[in-house]
Amino acid sequence: MDDTPTDMRQVRLRAEALESLLVERGLLMESDIDQVIAQFEQRVGPVNGAKVVARAWTDAEFKLRLLADGTDAIREFRFSGGQVERLVVVENTHVEHNVVVCTLCSCYPWALLGLPPRWYKDPAYRSRIVREPRSVLAEMGLEVPASKRIRVWDSSAEIRYMVLPQRPDGAEALSEKEREALVTRDAMIGVA
Amino acid sequence: MDGIHDLGGKQGFGKVVRERQEPAFHERWEASVHASMVAIAVQGWLGNIDRFRHAIERIDPAAYLTHTYYGRWLAGLETLLEESGKLTGGEIDARVRKMSNLDQQERLTRAARPRLYFETKPLSEDAIRGAQRETHAPPRFVVGDTVRTSRHGSDGHTRLPAYARDKIGRIVASHGAWVFPDTNAHGLGEQPCSLYTVAFEGSELWGGAGESDAEVCIDLFEPYLKRA
Repeated sequence: MDDTPTDMRQVRLRAEALESLLVERGLLMESDIDQVIAQFEQRVGPVNGAKVVARAWTDAEFKLRLLADGTDAIREFRFSGGQVERLVVVENTHVEHNVVVCTLCSCYPWALLGLPPRWYKDPAYRSRIVREPRSVLAEMGLEVPASKRIRVWDSSAEIRYMVLPQRPDGAEALSEKEREALVTRDAMIGVA
Repeated sequence: MDGIHDLGGKQGFGKVVRERQEPAFHERWEASVHASMVAIAVQGWLGNIDRFRHAIERIDPAAYLTHTYYGRWLAGLETLLEESGKLTGGEIDARVRKMSNLDQQERLTRAARPRLYFETKPLSEDAIRGAQRETHAPPRFVVGDTVRTSRHGSDGHTRLPAYARDKIGRIVASHGAWVFPDTNAHGLGEQPCSLYTVAFEGSELWGGAGESDAEVCIDLFEPYLKRA
């Protein structure tokens, strides 16, 4: 049984109607849709951002460049996926915690983190994180100590933000691949 | 515009709900909307990203909250196609009526016809150029300056969130000149202007209710700012 609410069934139908009109005009083909799925399921995702973070955790010179000019520093990784014309990387430290949002729409660094998760695009996160970041982060399982200042980055223009999480103890002894596996999408948004 | 999209600081939306192992797309139609957006952008029919964002801002407020992200994209695309005369709402309605009697498999079979021609225009120059521009008047503000934001919003597209209107902040970064969304969304030209990151104390934004030791950094265009 299809338990999709009626209005969402209607949205789905309209999406398929638009698709069929575009296909008829020769502007779209089904494989384009498969390609979009493959692109964001396989090639563009948080694994890209994790590579950048893992490198910054052990390469001090790279980290300096990354924080000074994120756009330039990530060029060598040749990521595709869009939405990162200018990248600013903000560093979590023992005195500061950073978290990213887009209150006006859902701007997000696709090339580094893939497509945003639903909660990032939903009203609860977008409305509350600017007003009560400590409470929202605590609800999401991240207690930010009172000694740490919180900076919320509201991506209201074309600059995209990514958080450089603090390096976990012992990470320097791991291999690059193992370090990458420690880096989660949520940590790079700043909610974990 | 003072639309439902301007969500920063609104109250009553409850807890943030996270999904475990969330897929990039939950259903095929979401990827279809994503691919349709790309196809429409390739034709240059989207206008520009600011126009697309403004089209999304203008959808029915109740639908904005309930139709999820790709439902919003779809409504925005329909608006732009209709406004540019590329596809009328009537055509989509008629297709919906025709397709609503088919089951999904049939609908997809009908949709999956080969492309009539394989040449697509490359993305318009604007899309590739992005939004940064070289030439502009020198920035009026420097890092460390204290500024006050505009007191009023705009009937059209703007990127000054309502919660940050008429507030005092300090410039923490200066980013050069960028296309001004407020004019670009309305066919009034790019009018590049200086872009800054402005930091606001939580107490300035939210008064006594603000959490201690928290600030919000917002990327704001020079026309929104005055020296405080």
